[in-house]
This record gives sequence, C-alpha cells and structure tokens, in this order.
Amino acid sequence: MKTLFEKIWDAHVVKKIENGPEVLYIDRHFIHEVTSPQAFNGLRERKIPVFRPAQVVATADHNVPTINQHLPIQDELSRLQVNKLNDNCKEFGIDLYGLNHPKQGIVHIIGPELGYTLPGSTIVCGDSHTATHGAFGTIAFGIGTSEVEMVLATQCLLQYRPKKMRIIVNGLLEKGVTSKDIILYLISKLTAGGGTGYFIEYSGSAIQRLSMEERMTICNMSIEMGARGGIIAPDEKTFEYVKGREFAPKGADYDKLLAHWKTLFSDKGATFDKEYVFDASDISPMITYGTNPGMGMKINGLIPAGNGSSTDADKADLKKSLDYMGFSPNESLIGKKIDYVFIGSCTNGRIEDLRMAAKIIKGHKKAENVTVWIVPGSKLVEEQAIAEGLKDIFEAAGIPFRQPGCSACLAMNDDKIPAGKYCVSTSNRNFEGRQGPGSRTLLAGPLVAAAAAITGKIVDPTEFLN
Amino acid sequence: MEKLVKIESTCVPVNISNIDTDQIIPARFLKATSREGFGDNLFRDWRYNNDHSPKTDFPLNNPKYKGAILVAGKNFGCGSSREHAAWAIVGAGFKVVVSSFFADIFKNNALNNGLLPVQVSDDFLTKLFIKIENDVNTSVVVDLENQSIQTKDGSLKDSFEINSYKKTCLLNGYDDIDYLLNIKNEIQVFEQSFN
Ligand code: SF4
Repeated sequence: MKTLFEKIWDAHVVKKIENGPEVLYIDRHFIHEVTSPQAFNGLRERKIPVFRPAQVVATADHNVPTINQHLPIQDELSRLQVNKLNDNCKEFGIDLYGLNHPKQGIVHIIGPELGYTLPGSTIVCGDSHTATHGAFGTIAFGIGTSEVEMVLATQCLLQYRPKKMRIIVNGLLEKGVTSKDIILYLISKLTAGGGTGYFIEYSGSAIQRLSMEERMTICNMSIEMGARGGIIAPDEKTFEYVKGREFAPKGADYDKLLAHWKTLFSDKGATFDKEYVFDASDISPMITYGTNPGMGMKINGLIPAGNGSSTDADKADLKKSLDYMGFSPNESLIGKKIDYVFIGSCTNGRIEDLRMAAKIIKGHKKAENVTVWIVPGSKLVEEQAIAEGLKDIFEAAGIPFRQPGCSACLAMNDDKIPAGKYCVSTSNRNFEGRQGPGSRTLLAGPLVAAAAAITGKIVDPTEFLN
Repeated sequence: MEKLVKIESTCVPVNISNIDTDQIIPARFLKATSREGFGDNLFRDWRYNNDHSPKTDFPLNNPKYKGAILVAGKNFGCGSSREHAAWAIVGAGFKVVVSSFFADIFKNNALNNGLLPVQVSDDFLTKLFIKIENDVNTSVVVDLENQSIQTKDGSLKDSFEINSYKKTCLLNGYDDIDYLLNIKNEIQVFEQSFN
C-alpha cells in the first residue's frame, strides 16, 4: 500500500546510497534567468555538457519589465542576466521562451499551459514555487543553484525522502471564497513552518471540486508552510487539461500514459506521518496582516493579540511584524485604506484569476488613491484575456493591462511598492521588503484584490458578487 | 568545496525568528551571474539605512560581535530557494549557522556550499543568546565529527543531527555533483529501463 507520492517517487529512484540519500531521476527541469547562470558557469568550469537538454525548458520571467517589452531592458544588470540566459541556452542547446517569445511567461504558468507538466513525473526548478506543478499529480519542488547544476549535468538529484502529510478539505465553499483563501486559511492554521520536512497531499471533496487552475494556486503555496511540495491526485479534470497541449503526448502515447496516470492515487490504507482534516464551510475570504504567510485571518476578523502564542519568541515575532505593518493587535482591517493592488504572479496570474478580478471590476472605476497593476502570467494568458474582453474591462476602469512576468511578486524589475505603502497582492509572500524595500504586503485572493482596486480600501468582496 | 571538521569561534547573534531568504538577501541583489560578492548585501535592509549608511544597532555592524558562527532565531531560511542566501552568508565569512529550526531548501543549499547548519534545541538557543549577550567573547566549539556544539567553558552543550552521507561530504570536501557524475552509467541504464 503506497501513497500517491510514494508511487511516483519510487518509480524515479535510480539507486539508494547506503545510509544516505536516494538518487532521484528528474523528468522535467525548468530554468529561469536568476538561479541558472552560476550553474552554467559550473558546467563550463567542469567542461561538461547538459546531459539531457531536451528535458530542460527555459524562460525569462523574474527580471523582465512588464511594460514596453519590445524595447531593450533599461536596467543594465537585468538586461545582462536575461541576455546571459539567451547565451547559455544557445550554447547548451536548451529551448528558451525568452523575452518577446510569443509563449513566454512565468515558469510555473507556461509549464502546464504548454503541456510540459505531466502527471506522474518529477519536476524541479530553481524556484521554490515549483510546487505549483503538484496540482497535476506530479512530484515538483524547488531547488538551489548547486542542484540546478547537478540536474543539468546528470538529470538527477541526491534527495532524502520527505515525510508524508495529508490535508483533507471536505465540504462546500461559501460564495466568494477562492482557492487562494483555502491555502491562506491552511497556512494560518498550520503556520509558516508547519509543513517543514513534509510533502503534502491535498485531498477531500472540496479539493476535488476545484479546477486545475485553482488546484495550482493551492499547491503553489505549499512552500509557504515550509513543505517541500504539494500534490493532488490526478483525475478526469487533469487528463482533460493535459490532453492536446502543445508538448503533451499525443495519440497512442497519450493513451498509454493515461492508463498509467489512472493508477496514481493514494491506496486505501496507505499511511501518512501527519493528517489534518478541515471543513470548507469554515473558510472565508482571507487576508494577511503580518510579515509571513502564516499570519492570515478572515477578512472580517481581528488581528490577533498573540495571547495564545506559546513562546516569547512568537510574541516578539508578532510584535515585530505588526510594527512593520503599522497595525495593532485586535484591529480590524475592514475599511483600511491601501495604496497599491497587484493582481498576478504564479499564484494568481492565470486566466481564471483575471476573470474573477474582471467580474468585480466590470462597470467600476479604479479608486483614485490606488495604483493597480494587473499582470498576466504568460503571453497566452494575455492573449486570452484580450480575446475575452477582460483587458477592455480593466482599461475602462482606468487600470492598464501589463505584460507577463513575475513583476511585483518579488520586485526585481521596476514594479516596486514604495516604502511604507500598503499593497493588497495576489502573490505568495508578504515578507518584509518583498515587494520593494519597506513595502507592506497584504496577501489575498483575486476577489479581495479587485474589490480593493475599486474601493481603495480593504472590503469583503462578497458584497460585490450579486 | 573546503573541508569542514571543527570550528572554534565567537558568535554573531541575530535574535530574530522566521528570518526569510528575502531578509538574508533581498531580490534586487540577485542580478549577478557569479557566486561572488553577495556577502556585502547580507541582511541588507536590516543592516543599512536607505541612504546606505550602516544601522549601528544591527549586530553585523557592531564591532563587538565577530566570528565565523552566525546564531539566529528559529525557522531560519524560510522562503525562496535562492542559493544566493547561502552565498551571502558564506561571503560574509560565516562557516556555521546555529538555529533551532531550518527551512529545508536552505539547509540543502547551505550544505552544498560548505556552510554547516547546526540545529539545536530551543532551550540551548535561548541560553546561547543570553550567554552571548552577557559576554560577547563567548567562544563556541562546533565539532562535526562528534556532532556536538558547546561553549568553550563547557557550560552549554548540545548535539546536532546530520545525515552520515552529508557529514562525510563535508569532512572530506566532496560535492554531490562529483558523486552523480561518477554514476552516469547507472543513470543511463535507469533511463533505458524507465522508457
Ligand atoms: S511569480 Fe513570484 S513566486 Fe512565482 S516564480 Fe515569479 S517570483 Fe517566484
């Protein structure tokens, strides 16, 4: 009896080192401009080629501007880094979705979109949100640059088996509750370190009901609990999503794989090291108030006073966070004025997210006190949003529709939130300075963000859904 | 990679929990294409004011704290997979990081760069912070062979876990990649059986 995770992992073990890690074979390796240059340097120093270039896919996303992408990148260091990726991909024979490629986009968005992400496979990338691909029943996790070099050189990694956790969410979601709210809720319950050492399987009726895009949002933020990754058993929705994608197997190859994919679920009686069960009806629209993603609450709730915290360190941590955010214990955030709204990132930059945002924004004007950035996750998302008229809706509200990239999620490009300003953001991290030095981030789903965009403050988005 | 066997040093304490990789090295410094030069920007936004003048109250700027051992609050290194975090710590001259809990990816990245993460008990960590505060010259000995950490005066002592494979690597200065390159034939055989 095996868990879903074990079935996939076991099938990828090349060998086990005695008293040591396992050698894990990697099917698909995504790379981007920020965490790969030093790995290529390593290959050059060792005078070795990329072992399986056809299994590597590259994109420029972290560092790219989100306006005027047709012009040379203004920031010199960013330009050098993006050019370096171009050169490295050419030298080592790797397919690249570089800036201005018609299918460029955030690495975790284009992987599934183009059919590179397949159930039952192992996927790594020098980026912690690689966990996103787990939505397809895939073992996907982030790695460091030394490991990027290892995979480039050998298509393998030395890995210790993580512990197994299962999170079950049953029941029906209330209206206005998105999958982002589910994951923010789970992180607030389990804390930012609660998943460390584990790989999480999400299951239960509420998870099964989610679309593929919604499942990606959940798996994406597994790392925000410290987990190596998250995984959801593939089902008809998964198979349907993958079928016909550009690089997905076709015809007889697809059928053969499909038969295998259908065996990918946790056997009845398979055991987990830890298991949690939650009820979907307990989840409301969420928002974070602090500086780690575990500091989240119901949007209508009150900031905790930390009385229940176990240690002095936890209390000090809460105080430091609230001081940074300019909030107080027991405060409500409803009605709080904000300065920026960012809708995008690999967490919420897919077409369904933009549709949700458009639903709220349609027929309204952006509030005067806010700057709003809506950034599609990829060129294909951008194209579709234009075709569906979403771009027109945003522009009629006075919100420019930008070009694909990571943007304000990590603020490596010019999309930075100024010091002291509040940003309601659909990204995944609210760390100090994540969106620019001194920036204050409130993480939320696309509905909360869109409602903030038209009101200029924090409001419960359900009011706008009738 | 350099060998790492035993370190004896004074410590630099950063008594903050949940230090994430964005604090260790903010994203705007990730534009370099080599591994060098990250040490200067370690804890950048805690270390410097906006006008680039050093914040004198931050331990790394305080000349009384020196040494190759960084002591940090629990859940160190959470957040992104950027190895630049490990490069920044190594670049600033540290060989050991002590905390009561480490994020997974950070731990791997540290080990791949010859930086030893030493996970101690909450109690040991609290006492170590107090001891350093009372005496900045507190010397700490980290012995990888015996997997022990103690203050030189012997008043505080704890042991730490490290898997035997990684321990051998550090003691001998080997990399994972050397190992993997040596078994390429086995990897090829695996690929054939897999398809
Ligand atoms: S959008 Fe943010 S989290 Fe996602 S890959 Fe880009 S920087 Fe990382």
